[in-house]
Amino acid sequence: MPYTHDVAVVGAGPAGLAAAVESAEAGLAVALIDGAGQPGGQYWRHYDESHARPGDHRGHHGWPAFTRLRDRLDALTAAGRIHYLPGHQVWLITRDDPGVFTLRVTRSFDGSAGRAAAEVIGGTGTGPNREVAARALILCPGGYDRQLPVPGWDLPGVMAAGGAQALLKGHRTLAGKRAVVAGTGPFLLPVATGLARAGASLAAVVEANGTLGWLRDPLGTVAVPGKGVEALQYAALMARHRIPYRRRTVIREILGENRVEAVRIARVDREGRRAGPDREIAADLVALGWGFTPSLELPLMLGVDTRKDTDGSLVVVVDDLQRSSVDGVYVAGEATGVGGAALAVAEGRLSALALSASLRRPATAAVAGRLQRAIRRGRRFAAAMHRAYPVPGAWTEWLSESTLVCRCEEVSYGDLLHACHDLGAEDPRTLKMLARPGMGWCQGRICGFASAEIASCLSRRETTPEDLRSLSTRSLAFPVTLGELAALTDDTGRPRLNPASEATTERG
Amino acid sequence: MTYRMTFRGSVVPAQPGQSVGAALVAAGILDWRTTRQGGRPRGLFCGIGVCFDCLITVDGMPDQRACLVPAGDGMELGDDEEGGRAVHA
Repeated sequence: MPYTHDVAVVGAGPAGLAAAVESAEAGLAVALIDGAGQPGGQYWRHYDESHARPGDHRGHHGWPAFTRLRDRLDALTAAGRIHYLPGHQVWLITRDDPGVFTLRVTRSFDGSAGRAAAEVIGGTGTGPNREVAARALILCPGGYDRQLPVPGWDLPGVMAAGGAQALLKGHRTLAGKRAVVAGTGPFLLPVATGLARAGASLAAVVEANGTLGWLRDPLGTVAVPGKGVEALQYAALMARHRIPYRRRTVIREILGENRVEAVRIARVDREGRRAGPDREIAADLVALGWGFTPSLELPLMLGVDTRKDTDGSLVVVVDDLQRSSVDGVYVAGEATGVGGAALAVAEGRLSALALSASLRRPATAAVAGRLQRAIRRGRRFAAAMHRAYPVPGAWTEWLSESTLVCRCEEVSYGDLLHACHDLGAEDPRTLKMLARPGMGWCQGRICGFASAEIASCLSRRETTPEDLRSLSTRSLAFPVTLGELAALTDDTGRPRLNPASEATTERG
Repeated sequence: MTYRMTFRGSVVPAQPGQSVGAALVAAGILDWRTTRQGGRPRGLFCGIGVCFDCLITVDGMPDQRACLVPAGDGMELGDDEEGGRAVHA
């Protein structure tokens, strides 16, 4: 039986870092588990600090806020008050004894561990497996770029917008010489200006919506005034780098033989229907993003209540203290609704304060009140952004029958049409069983949203939270080796999968 | 210093701190495996460990996410066979 922490915080991005340091400073025994080798999450992703160079953090928003949190993390870790486990991902959480969660963790990558670890892969070894126990959880899993399939999007040279940015921020690597950044939302701007600053020529930013409308949104702008300033800074950078910004325009097709050579773009109306002639632009890098998808596998594994947010994403329902519907499980950051780093930090702090108060540790009511007000303002702003940058309603009309929807299992739009029209699949769960979208390595993380939308669109109805849930629920949060599963069964004589999740294991 | 890795016989340089995937892309190598059905080339897509498109064999160990594995001096990358060997859910 491992040592039982007061709280396990999962994720060391803005929400998780804030939650962990706040909890530890309130006197709780904290475990902090994070998939990356160093803290910061996607938002504060940065080059390996043991090989840092001046200039690594240029263009990083809110960097001093990160270094303050990291300094506190370092001090608390050194003092033994935070048990920090970087480079590990949680693949299973169970609640075997009342009041104690068991988190199964495995290393995020084994490459540098060499051949010794390789032997574990095929065997039943105990190598990289670990267990962490805690009486409460603060889940801060963050999110990743939401994708809509488009013809040619699986060509090498096409990346998620956040991936192109991660290569720059985390690896000092420019993924191409001539880039097109496309999709919707304000995040396209830092990606484009980041690439331009690193030396890429930006052929265009292709934005599906008519933008900057949110600057005139009275609720949004008043709620978080700093955001207006940030947008103007990006507008200035776009002008300085002479980046063409094409509004109400989408990529209709990505062209190339074995790598990206060009994109075909066209103007669209408000719904995303073609409203102008095609135009071809040469490019060797295409960066795509349609907002973000929160990572919900861990919350869903625990059976928390969810809802569909303004942006169409499935998110966790939390109360005004960040408590989910499951006792002892707090959730903070993008998983409760995509809203950015400042909001995530406030939610992380509040969840820690609420948890310590529930354990009768002293917590300042005034601070909690301030955080709650900041969170309400942040949510109003996020909702205004979501309304200004929706996924266009008619996006499935961009697909051709041969367009891949699921990149892992190579399921095309035509396969989905066949499953719906000829085999009678009317909901994503049936669609998934008949045509296999979301059944490959990524477990539907990339195509889940699109598959749910396609299923509901073909059935001529709105996507429901249940549609999204059936493509977001995973019995294991990450693919693991047979050895790890076997070790789990050996412990107890039976696999300890949560009954709330689908207990199906495909493809042994 | 610069690390030297090999990918199917060619030398791929890497900066300490870079990922395997970043080093390959920086060397102009955009894909390193093909899909099982269509034989389509695959390399980095999400870049942050979510999509599993960038799976690669590292020092004989299959199915590693190139976007996450830190580059190392002398690493041998790639294999003739790449593909699903783990358990999915």
